[in-house]
Amino acid sequence: MLNLHKDHKNLVLLSLIVFVVLSIGVAIIPAYQMQEYEPIPGQLDLTISEKKGLHVYISEGCVACHTQQVRNIEMDAVWGDRPSMASDYYYSKQRMDVWRQSPSLLGSERTGPDLTDIGTRQPSDQWHLLHLYNPRLVVEASIMPSYSWLFRVTDTSYIKEDDVTLPRGITKMEGSDVLVANEEALDLVAYLKSLQQFSMEDAVPPEFIPALPKDIGINETGTNSESSAGASLYQNNCAACHQSTGRGVKGAFPPLAGSLIVNDKNPETLIKIILLGYDARKEYGVMQSFADQLTDEEIKAIADHERSNWGNNAPKVPIETITRLRDSISQVQ
Amino acid sequence: MKNTLSFIIQTTEVTTENWLSSPGVIGTIVLIFIVVFLGLFIFIKRLNIYADLLTKNTKDLTEEEFERRLVNLDKEEVDKILELRRQGFQVTQKQAELTKISSKNSGFIKKIINPKNPLFDEKARSTIKIKISEELKQIVIWYIGASAFWLIFGTLVGQYLGMKFIWPEMDTSSWLSFGRLRPVHTNTVFWGWASLAMIGLGHYVICRTSNREIVSYAWSKIAFWLINLSVFLGNLFLMAGVNNGGGEYREYIWPIMALFAIGIIITFFNFYKTVAMRKISEIYISNWFILASLVWTIILTIIGYFPSYQDGLGETVIQGYYMHQGVGMWFMTFTLGLVYYFLPSSLNKPIYSYSLGVLAFWTQMLFYTLIGTHHFVFSPLPWWLQTVAIVFSAGMFIPVFAGTTNFLMTMRGSWNHISKSYVLPFFLVGVVFYFVGSVQGSFQAFRFTNYLWHFTDFNVAHSHMTMYGIITFLMWACVYALLPKITGKEPPQYLVGSHFWLAFIGLIAYMVSLMAGGTLKGLSWIEGNPFIESVILMENYWVWRAVGGSLMFISHLIFGYNFYLMIRKKKPVGTLLRNYSQSEL
Repeated sequence: MLNLHKDHKNLVLLSLIVFVVLSIGVAIIPAYQMQEYEPIPGQLDLTISEKKGLHVYISEGCVACHTQQVRNIEMDAVWGDRPSMASDYYYSKQRMDVWRQSPSLLGSERTGPDLTDIGTRQPSDQWHLLHLYNPRLVVEASIMPSYSWLFRVTDTSYIKEDDVTLPRGITKMEGSDVLVANEEALDLVAYLKSLQQFSMEDAVPPEFIPALPKDIGINETGTNSESSAGASLYQNNCAACHQSTGRGVKGAFPPLAGSLIVNDKNPETLIKIILLGYDARKEYGVMQSFADQLTDEEIKAIADHERSNWGNNAPKVPIETITRLRDSISQVQ
Repeated sequence: MKNTLSFIIQTTEVTTENWLSSPGVIGTIVLIFIVVFLGLFIFIKRLNIYADLLTKNTKDLTEEEFERRLVNLDKEEVDKILELRRQGFQVTQKQAELTKISSKNSGFIKKIINPKNPLFDEKARSTIKIKISEELKQIVIWYIGASAFWLIFGTLVGQYLGMKFIWPEMDTSSWLSFGRLRPVHTNTVFWGWASLAMIGLGHYVICRTSNREIVSYAWSKIAFWLINLSVFLGNLFLMAGVNNGGGEYREYIWPIMALFAIGIIITFFNFYKTVAMRKISEIYISNWFILASLVWTIILTIIGYFPSYQDGLGETVIQGYYMHQGVGMWFMTFTLGLVYYFLPSSLNKPIYSYSLGVLAFWTQMLFYTLIGTHHFVFSPLPWWLQTVAIVFSAGMFIPVFAGTTNFLMTMRGSWNHISKSYVLPFFLVGVVFYFVGSVQGSFQAFRFTNYLWHFTDFNVAHSHMTMYGIITFLMWACVYALLPKITGKEPPQYLVGSHFWLAFIGLIAYMVSLMAGGTLKGLSWIEGNPFIESVILMENYWVWRAVGGSLMFISHLIFGYNFYLMIRKKKPVGTLLRNYSQSEL
């Protein structure tokens, strides 16, 4: 029999063997299995620039505060259309080089928002660059660090053709100085924009585990919950650029407070912009299309919120208008 | 509906209205109260002694009474006292016998009470000086000295990071940005502070329980430099923006971690050979824990860094395994080994149950190894792996109960020592946090509590509860128990006391604020509120965290100073006493 109290050799050997066996079972074999997953058909590899951006993302330690996993519970549904799957990480989680392993993208803290689908939520280059230079220029309450070393100050006369600059007013540049984004900043933005949850057209995606339906308070009036839903939707989808004050960001994103389009009695232009996106004015960043992301009811709630706040005062949008516009757009396409 | 039903069976209800009645949450609240009561218990014990002291002082000799007696002495009485004193000072008698002379008029001071400082009543001084070889003493002091340095550096970084939550624009230097500094903080306190302190203390335990010298002190020195170099270079690289991939505690790139691993391998062989050549037939239980933790950590580091199975989510499986085992198999196991030696030895009695220690050992290995994936509940990792992790997290109750019972039963009957010793409060806090932190961790692995707390600041509170409440407090207990005995120099007790209370109160503030804030954050997410609201609501809790962190950091400065006082070359203990007696006379 083993006399572990007196036999140091067997004691150490036994604890070594049991630990190794357990480790193989609980770590190494499952790891090999997880490695075998293949990409979803049609899913694209990262471009060179996006891959460089991923390396910046890792070396700046973004994973300390940002997760990239949509868990299969309903509270995570705000971060993506479906729970994340092993295949989603096929291209991004490969060994980086001899020195560095596969990046730990899933993360363990959500001090900042989940970034699985940030490319869909926020496709504007201009927004990302401003946000990286100083997050508080676009999100007032943000506690994210400024990554100002990804930008350089140059004289306006030295700007080359393909240089990407930041608006001068809001970044408080004096004289003829202007901020130009470095290569790393552009790569990082390319990577962030590439973060879009791949939609599965043929296969059935995994479902969220639903939360139990909540009892809706009897006292709560319909109009109250409607307007708070509008505020919350606006906060989630629009406030990053147009700000929760509706004032926008000067030189980057137009204000909605007092806007002629928003206050127009005929809401058609407003609804069209929300559905299709907008890139008509050079001095402002590009706005994405929301047709695929918001339902007619949600668009109505947002439009009503915009038309009744910050001094705006325009009648509510009938839902039929939105449905009609959406139909006409899809016919054209 | 089926979906919903199966979900109810697996967890409890997932509505936010009854989150308070979930077993994991209730359990955690109970555990927090245990800690608060512990603080009150120690405080009241101390207060009691202090109150006793005050009442005694007023009853005994008030100055007037003393003067009246002096004035009223007649000549005969004075002669008698002088005669007794003359006898007391006879040269033929030895010092030791002199102090035993029963007369209170012998003219010798036997006990010094310093009434000018009634706030910190005198604790028993560690009287025994243990004679050990100069080499061992030097190695122990080297390791603990370096660890104290890394503790102060690492928590300075931590404190700076905590302030960045409140003032994100404190600096715009890339080397000091949050994402780069965070791993500097965690890796420094892991591999710099706790690891070096453990290995240093481990040298002493291995040596004493094997009843012989360590095989090679040259090896110990090589390991010392390797580990320090690894922490130094690792931090430099992290601040320069070179990291392994962002996985927690695996941020050092492999060539740097290899230095650490080689240091651990050398230490293992050094310890193993010493135990193999021991002059006692039994292997003391401490050595089981210490040797096993070294073996396990070597395997762990190899598995953690070996590349063949780490693409895609393979990396995530290994990450869960690695970050949990790093804590469980290295820090927890090694520290338990140290406590099995230092706790009984500072109480001067044997451990309560040897077999309970053996049970704790094997269950620690069996259960701890399997629970890594509980860091990825609801993630795309296989559901079976998550379930295994959750089930065995609950299984962790067994080693934790066994260990806690063993330590508390060893302390039983010696509760009064708490008011008399400055080492025991550290042990008591460490042991109670061992229970509270581990059980709370198991609760946190349940599916509902994961739903509520995962990704929030609650995780940060938990890791400080364990790495700080358990490991760091026990490490301090061992250091204060050991150093004065081998160097013969003690730090002033009011400094040890302030170290203890600042660290303890700081930790409570840190823990409670992040737990409360983390819970509200989780609730806000479940409600589906805009994300930025959860950032705004945390603001006040982050302020309190920074306050707690500052107290903790100040206590580390005091610890550093105490360490200096315990090892400095000049000024033997006598001077301190002499100062006291002069002011007395």
